[in-house]
Order: sequence, then C-alpha cells, then structure tokens
Amino acid sequence: MADAVALSVDCAHKNNPYATVCYHVKDTRPVNLDLTTVKFPLPAITSILHRISGVALFFGIGVVLYLLQLSLESEAGFERVTELLRATPVKLMVWLILAGLLYHLIAGIKHLLMDWGLGESREGALRGAQVTLILALVAAVLSWGMIW
Amino acid sequence: MVTNATSFSRSGLSDWIIQRFSAVILAAYTLFILAVLGATPELDYESWRAVFSQNSVRLFSIISLFALCGHTWVGMWTVGTDYLTGRQLGGKGTFIRLIYQSFCVLLIAVYLLWGIQIFWGS
Repeated sequence: MADAVALSVDCAHKNNPYATVCYHVKDTRPVNLDLTTVKFPLPAITSILHRISGVALFFGIGVVLYLLQLSLESEAGFERVTELLRATPVKLMVWLILAGLLYHLIAGIKHLLMDWGLGESREGALRGAQVTLILALVAAVLSWGMIW
Repeated sequence: MVTNATSFSRSGLSDWIIQRFSAVILAAYTLFILAVLGATPELDYESWRAVFSQNSVRLFSIISLFALCGHTWVGMWTVGTDYLTGRQLGGKGTFIRLIYQSFCVLLIAVYLLWGIQIFWGS
C-alpha cells in the first residue's frame, strides 16, 4: 500500500509531504551487495588486507618518525632507541609496523603489475593473491628474525 | 566526469597517477632503508647519522616524505569515501567523513613538518 502511495508522490520535491514514505521506499529497495553474505575469494582478502595495512601504517608512521628523530638526535637518543627496542611490547609494535609495511609494499607491487594488465584473469588474480600472501608471510618471518 | 572537492586534485585520474607515482618512490625508499639496516648489522650512532647527513639521502628522504603525504591522502580519502558515507552511516555520513578528512589532513601536515625537521635538521 505504501509503495502505491509513493509512486504517486514526487519524492524529489522539496515540499513533498510524504518524505517519510519516500525514505521508506528508498530504504527497502534491495541492496545488491550485502557483505555479510558474500564469500570472499582470496584476491578480495589480499585487497582488504592492503587497505587495513595502509590505514594502520598511517598511524605507524608516527611511531617510526618518533624513533627516527630520537635515534638521530644524539648518541644518548640512539642508545635510548636501542634500549626501547629491547622491550617486548615495542618489539611487537615495530614488528607489526614492519610486517604491515612489507605486506603493503608486496600487495602494492601486485597492484602495479595488474595496472599493467598482468594477472587480470580469474586464475591470474588467484595466483597473484597466493604469491602475495606467501611473500608477505616470508617477509613477516624475516622481519621477526631481524627484530628479535 | 565526477569531480569531488575533497579529492587530492579534484580529478580521479590525477589521484590515480599520484598514488602510483608516490608508491614507486616509497617502495624505492623502503628498500633503500632496509638495505642500509641489512648492510650494517651492528649499527652505531655515528654511521647511522652519517647516512642521514648525506645530501643525496636528505633529498631522497624529503622527496619520499612528500610522496608519503600524497600517497596517504589519496589512500585515506579512498577508504573514507568508500566506508564513511550516507549509505553506511545515514544522514550524518557526509559530516562524519568531513571530520575524518580534517583529521587526516591535520595528521599529514604534522608528519610533513615533523619529517622536514628530522631530515633537514640532521
């Protein structure tokens, strides 16, 4: 019934007295991308990880700049940084930043290769995502070894 | 063509190019820093400082810093306009996104000035 009313109402008109009806009709239109029901293929997972790592790095830069400034300031500052890097929470944080950076870098290179038209097929995209995840895992393990 | 007042260059194509171009610079800088760290396992203050006081490294660092600012702006803008919209947040979506974008600009400005201070000062 509400739908029938809405059809005869000019929803775009600024003095439309049936605004709530319009809103209701608009609201119940089918949403064609319900993320909670979508099964994410591997390339979608590497893509969202690329975004998450990017946003995390935006804040990680602050930590990196702080450590860099301290380490370049003076001999004592440099010692303070090496001392900080011996603490487990700091190690963990720096490792997360480094692993995130390397993931973002590797996924970014894949992105640039796909801009060139490489690996754009269904199989190619899956293979690219697999290689990205494996390389990022290796990079994360190596950076763990570098920090510990 | 869709133009948007809050995108970096008001054009999607320019933003696209800025993001790729800055990505290449940042990738090169990341690999450079990792190479420096990898080449000297027992790094001390004098050699660490010597690296960053070379004019070529200073220039590379400052260029990378600008690349970082452009890259983060385009990236954070993309994320914001995808998730912080009226579709997800209702009527206040645009307002919330503008607050978010203001925060991003502020933090990027802090990083830029702070970074220049670090790289120019040492």
